[in-house]
Amino acid sequence: MTTPTLDPPAELRAKRFGLGDRVFSNLALLAGLTILVALAAVFVFLAIRGIPGLSADKSIYGPGSTNFWEYAGKALFGTCLSAVIAMIIAVPFSLGLALFISHYAPRRLAVPVAYVIDLLAAVPSVVFGLWGARTLAPALVPTQDWLNAHLGFIPLFGGTPYSAGRTMFVAAIVLAIMIIPITTAICREVFAQTPRLQEEAALALGATRWEMVRYAVFPHSRSGVVAGIMLGLGRAMGETMAVAMILSAGDPIVTFHLVTSENPQTIASNIAQKFYGDNTNIQSVLLATGLVLFLFTFLVNFTARALVARSERKLS
Amino acid sequence: MSAVDATLDVEPTRSMQSARLPRLAPLIVLVATLALSALGALLLGWAWGTKWIAVPIVGVGLADIVLPLWSAVVENRRAAVDRLVTCLVWTALACALVPLAWVLAKTIIEGAPVINGSFLSENGVGHFDPVQLIKVGGHGVFHALVGTLVVTVCATIISVPVGLMCAIYLVEYARGKWLGRAVTVLVDVMTGIPSIVAGLFALSLFTVFFGNGTRLGIMGAVALSLLMIPTVVRASEEMMRLVPSDLREAAYALGVPKWRTIVKVVIPTAVGGLVTGVTLAVARVVGETAPLLVTVGALDNTNWNPFHDKMTTIPVLISNAQSTNSPDDLKTAWGAALLLILIVMILNLAARIIGKIFAPKTGR
Repeated sequence: MTTPTLDPPAELRAKRFGLGDRVFSNLALLAGLTILVALAAVFVFLAIRGIPGLSADKSIYGPGSTNFWEYAGKALFGTCLSAVIAMIIAVPFSLGLALFISHYAPRRLAVPVAYVIDLLAAVPSVVFGLWGARTLAPALVPTQDWLNAHLGFIPLFGGTPYSAGRTMFVAAIVLAIMIIPITTAICREVFAQTPRLQEEAALALGATRWEMVRYAVFPHSRSGVVAGIMLGLGRAMGETMAVAMILSAGDPIVTFHLVTSENPQTIASNIAQKFYGDNTNIQSVLLATGLVLFLFTFLVNFTARALVARSERKLS
Repeated sequence: MSAVDATLDVEPTRSMQSARLPRLAPLIVLVATLALSALGALLLGWAWGTKWIAVPIVGVGLADIVLPLWSAVVENRRAAVDRLVTCLVWTALACALVPLAWVLAKTIIEGAPVINGSFLSENGVGHFDPVQLIKVGGHGVFHALVGTLVVTVCATIISVPVGLMCAIYLVEYARGKWLGRAVTVLVDVMTGIPSIVAGLFALSLFTVFFGNGTRLGIMGAVALSLLMIPTVVRASEEMMRLVPSDLREAAYALGVPKWRTIVKVVIPTAVGGLVTGVTLAVARVVGETAPLLVTVGALDNTNWNPFHDKMTTIPVLISNAQSTNSPDDLKTAWGAALLLILIVMILNLAARIIGKIFAPKTGR
């Protein structure tokens, strides 16, 4: 709740302090408008530089695709695939961690644990990329071989496993580690907002702690949790370096095989890997895919925020 | 129930509650399963190779099964489910701590031996050694430190005034106006802009005006400020809303104009929170790689001028050094990674300390 503040009486404002107040309030308004302008400018300038890429000759972006939309579509597929798999890994852990901090932890442990999880968010993505490519990937080679040998009948683990281990599977795990703090933070706040009385009522009726969570906390926080998941999804889609450093450069392809050396590219990693030098032809194509990514994440984030707003309205 | 009935005349109150596991049951089970899995590992002979990692995994997994089963036998089904969920929640915590500890430990182990005086003071050029007739050096990070400093400072100079004024607008001027609501929503949306898109935006903006191939430090600063502004706005807004309205009203009552009230009363009251917010925003962008990769590029020389030529920053240095596959470059990458983590952690710590020092002076 914000407490309303009183404005000075209108006649005072108008008579004695006109100029300073007018300048200052206009500056503040200008800063507010800057936000609007900045977002619009992102769209406009990406479009200016990216539009030529829409009709670029297919020889520019390689033999894999026949037109721009196919190229962008394949990269978008990679983006969605990595993000969705990362979410499948991250969501159970995030929910568990959020529950731990809000309801399960002994009081002395809750604050340090929340701090440590925030620390996970503070590690720069390039460090996660380095660690993923140089440490986690080799370490997970036996795991990937095992998955391929025993669960190879599932398309996700099919194909020939990559001996260097730098696959979509590892990239998705690193992405999951990177989005756990975000999803956890939101879920934890939503869980903590459950009315105390409802929780105590459940416990007083003889519910176990899990039943209390199941029947008092979860129904109360469903839309907030969904919003947290969507925000994590938006973050996973836009994450660049971890994926770009783990996967070797290649053209975007459509494949569900996670553990082979033929990996799909995400839009972001594709841009990061190919955007150097002064070759404006490929750059305009990449800028156009960047525009696609921008609109897509905008949509995901906007939906998430709308859900948060709706759940807040419901609560108040 | 028969066990309980048997003890009825000794301890009558026990009959009021159903059988419970001992208080230390989770600990007992965990220790037992860990010991069991260690024993199994010894017997199967995979304890001393690289597979020792399986011991805690198997042990914890086994504990997650055994404790609910024990509970199901002694207690009841509902209690067993409760214990299962509690086990899973604790397991999730343990699993989440593994990557954090792993990343930090690996970076320190690989990075600490690399960091020394010449690593910090040399740039990426290296020099020709007349004795060995080869190029030596060139594995320093001084140029990257300079680049990160220059780009981050420029980004801060751009985003702090805009972010602060925007927060002032939202808190003091926009009450109930549609523009205020729109800005709030858009700040939220801006938080979610992928960092690479911010980089592409800065690139498009500058190449439209200055021609293709433009790569400047200031472009990176513009990209970073796009990511920084929403964080600054959010933090400042929250802090200024905490300033009690009594203070504002007291100032108005003394005939102080609104803008002087904001500058002299609201901002000084909230200054601790504002500095904390800005420091956290800096910590967030200092490790950003993708936007700098496309806008600022990399240069082996030390470049202090954000308006001329490319410059190397630490994250880009890490990314480039990693991709060359040369062992020397890889060492540099780990050293720089440790440096970057240290910078981010120090900024985070500083933010917390500042927050403590200037802790709310509200209500007085």
